Amino acid sequence: MKQARIVSTLLLSVLLAACGGREQPATGERPRASRSNKPLSIKGSDTMVILGQRLAEEYMKKNPGLVAQVNGGGSGTGIAALINGTADLAQSSREMKDGEKEKVAQSRGAAVVELPVALDALGVFVHQSNSVQHLTIAQIKDIFQGKTTNWSQIGGAGAPIVLYGRENSSGTYDYFREHVLNKEDFATRVQTLQGTAAVINAIGADKNGIGYGGIAYAKEVRALAVQAEGGQPVAPSEATVADGTYPLSRKLFFYYAANAPERVTAFAQWSVTPEAQALVTKVGYFPLTTVQ
Amino acid sequence: MSRARTIRNNLMQAVFSVAGWVAIVFIALIFVFTFKETGPVLDAQHMRAFFLTDPPVWQPTSEIPKLSLIPIILGTLKATVVGLLFACPVGVAAALFTSEFASPRLREIIKPVIELLAGIPSVVMGFFALVILATWLQNAFGLTYRLNAINAGLALGFALVPIIFTISEDGLAAVPRSYREASYALGASNFQTAWNVVLPAAAPAVFASFVLAFGRAVGETMILLMAGGNAAITSISLLDPLRTLSATIAAEMGEVVVGSEHYATLFFMGTLLFAITFVSNTFGQWVIRRMRVRMQGAA
Repeated sequence: MKQARIVSTLLLSVLLAACGGREQPATGERPRASRSNKPLSIKGSDTMVILGQRLAEEYMKKNPGLVAQVNGGGSGTGIAALINGTADLAQSSREMKDGEKEKVAQSRGAAVVELPVALDALGVFVHQSNSVQHLTIAQIKDIFQGKTTNWSQIGGAGAPIVLYGRENSSGTYDYFREHVLNKEDFATRVQTLQGTAAVINAIGADKNGIGYGGIAYAKEVRALAVQAEGGQPVAPSEATVADGTYPLSRKLFFYYAANAPERVTAFAQWSVTPEAQALVTKVGYFPLTTVQ
Repeated sequence: MSRARTIRNNLMQAVFSVAGWVAIVFIALIFVFTFKETGPVLDAQHMRAFFLTDPPVWQPTSEIPKLSLIPIILGTLKATVVGLLFACPVGVAAALFTSEFASPRLREIIKPVIELLAGIPSVVMGFFALVILATWLQNAFGLTYRLNAINAGLALGFALVPIIFTISEDGLAAVPRSYREASYALGASNFQTAWNVVLPAAAPAVFASFVLAFGRAVGETMILLMAGGNAAITSISLLDPLRTLSATIAAEMGEVVVGSEHYATLFFMGTLLFAITFVSNTFGQWVIRRMRVRMQGAA
């Protein structure tokens, strides 16, 4: 809904900008106006949609006349759009694969620029009434591979575990499979939902549910403390993500071609300024400065 | 004068025939396009992967892609069967009640209301099933999975009822008065007349409504994407989540690498859906024609 509203606002502003543009020739500034009218198209990770929208809104306020459109669809969708030229900037919650980088270089005629813009902790969520407080990575792996099927096997109540996950187009799905499942397959019983928000809603309504997703979405569910092999259980928080003790934290990236027009590079460079990073915190992610 | 009329007549005829051909050409092009994109997987090796792999698993993006369609076809069938089991009796009973027992005034209320049900967008139906129906079913029966075949099938059934109702009701209302009068003259009650005379006489229409509802159920996407849980499980239990052909296409087409094996497989699913509805509609037409012939022969 929110996305639809933002898109329609953006369309309206495109219209307004177009009307404004028609009056420009009198002042002799037409070339500049038509250049700034070309919308900045941002596409990719569903996890990063909110982040991208906040950044774009603020950036548009600072640069009247510039229009930015932010769409989700999944990290892979954004990268594909960057490759085929329908997006200027791809948001991705996973690192681009070498093959994808080559394809961008081929189609755009320039190398791809990788810019980390925020840190995210991937939470493992359960219903608030669940008595389980922490799990090891190995236990989480067994749960999502269907080897552990009852909460009583891991110290909870005697009830079957209900698995929620993401569609295979999602960067979050890829990250989880790579870092928790060691690239092995998920159980077929994982119910795949469209977006982390849907996963959170489902777990909020399901006493026996467990799922994963960006920590920024955690509302009315509990994020478990996660224990890496040989470590202590660590709950996700700014401090534990910053010092690297929370095992499931990841970088969120912007990708664009090195020869992209100035409106793209200027936005990307602005997104790592302290001003923009303050917004990152507001949305619920962790700013880059915490690691540096 | 008459010449102007002839010209106008010919012109309109041309417009209508162009419109007719455009529809046919579009359908043909859609079919050709869908079929063309399935090209890369139309060989014995892929057919074996789709239908004969053991264990049947749908994991198209894993390190070793697993492309069995069995869990997804099973999911489609489960949702369709539950939907029809719910909608057929309800739709026909509602049609029978409306045409045979309801007062004219009541009929004027029931008909538009049920037809309004057909106007509810399927995304709204899906949302209702996801948020309200699922919770209600889970609490009432203590189910493990909120989103399961029963939940998805019932929501689908709501969308099928108006199709079955509308067509069946038209068929029942079209049964000649003389049939009913003959039945009453032989001393049959209201109910006996409706059940033993009117309903059998309207059987072709009722059957046609089932066939149309089946086609809609197989192709319906949004309700099942939202209410079915989307887990590709090979299980006949109606209490497990399910993933249908149409929902899989909707969920994965946006992401897939164009031209890949996965992409062609999604188009194969589309062709499969096309084939299923084509065969069911053709079969339905054939049965209806036979029924009509037999009915007229007996009359």
